[in-house]
Amino acid sequence: MASALINVPARAKRGEVIEIKTLISHVMETGFRRTQLGAVIPRDIIRRFVCTYNGTEVFRAELHPAIAANPFIVFSTVAVESGTLVFSWTGDHGFSATETAAISVD
Amino acid sequence: MERPTSRRDFLKTAGGVAAGLGLGSVIAVAPARATPAEMQEAIRKVVGSARVTPGRVKLDLPPLIENGNAVPLTVTVESPMTEAQHVRAVHVFTEKNPQPNVVSFHLGPRAGRARVATRMRLADSQNVTAICELSDGSFWSDSAGIVVTLAACLEDGI
Repeated sequence: MASALINVPARAKRGEVIEIKTLISHVMETGFRRTQLGAVIPRDIIRRFVCTYNGTEVFRAELHPAIAANPFIVFSTVAVESGTLVFSWTGDHGFSATETAAISVD
Repeated sequence: MERPTSRRDFLKTAGGVAAGLGLGSVIAVAPARATPAEMQEAIRKVVGSARVTPGRVKLDLPPLIENGNAVPLTVTVESPMTEAQHVRAVHVFTEKNPQPNVVSFHLGPRAGRARVATRMRLADSQNVTAICELSDGSFWSDSAGIVVTLAACLEDGI
């Protein structure tokens, strides 16, 4: 099972722009490499990353093989209300991972 | 009268043939690379017929990197990020990776700040281009050159 690291401030002021850092462990096999016997190693990447804030999508990314192993993504959002941020990654061979983070806004 | 092939002539011919074969096999083994033309094509696919103007976007990339397997990049766009005026998407392209596309970020007014960062792979020293799409439908771009000492994608497999 993939493990993910999320960095979201626990508290924020209303209207403040918060920076979110996400890291997930994944090989991101490009599909361009070969084994020593010459067989192509099949592609195995995360293709999509979505972040929702209380159910509303605030950020989305489409990844390609040129993203380094263990995709690291930094983005920002406005702290509008207390609630949960849900992060989900989906990819090849049915890969899917979800993480949540709580934020309290005052 | 037929002159017998001298040792010198023989070596010359053999060397030429060997060099030819060697060159041929190098070309056959070299991994498929995208070309600047393919990058332009990939950009066209994203922007359509719209004009891409240099400016407004800032692509931060180290000028020299030792390991092409994890190259940090940051894209910042000058935008107030309001409902009326915001960045819709940021796309990153490379010239010489096997595939020109790197990543597409989709933002909106909820982002607050138009600044995204990630780590990418680079197969060679090359130019990287970032293109942003604003809410008014205009496209802006920035490019940066980077020197890579150890390329990604070329290391031995498992």
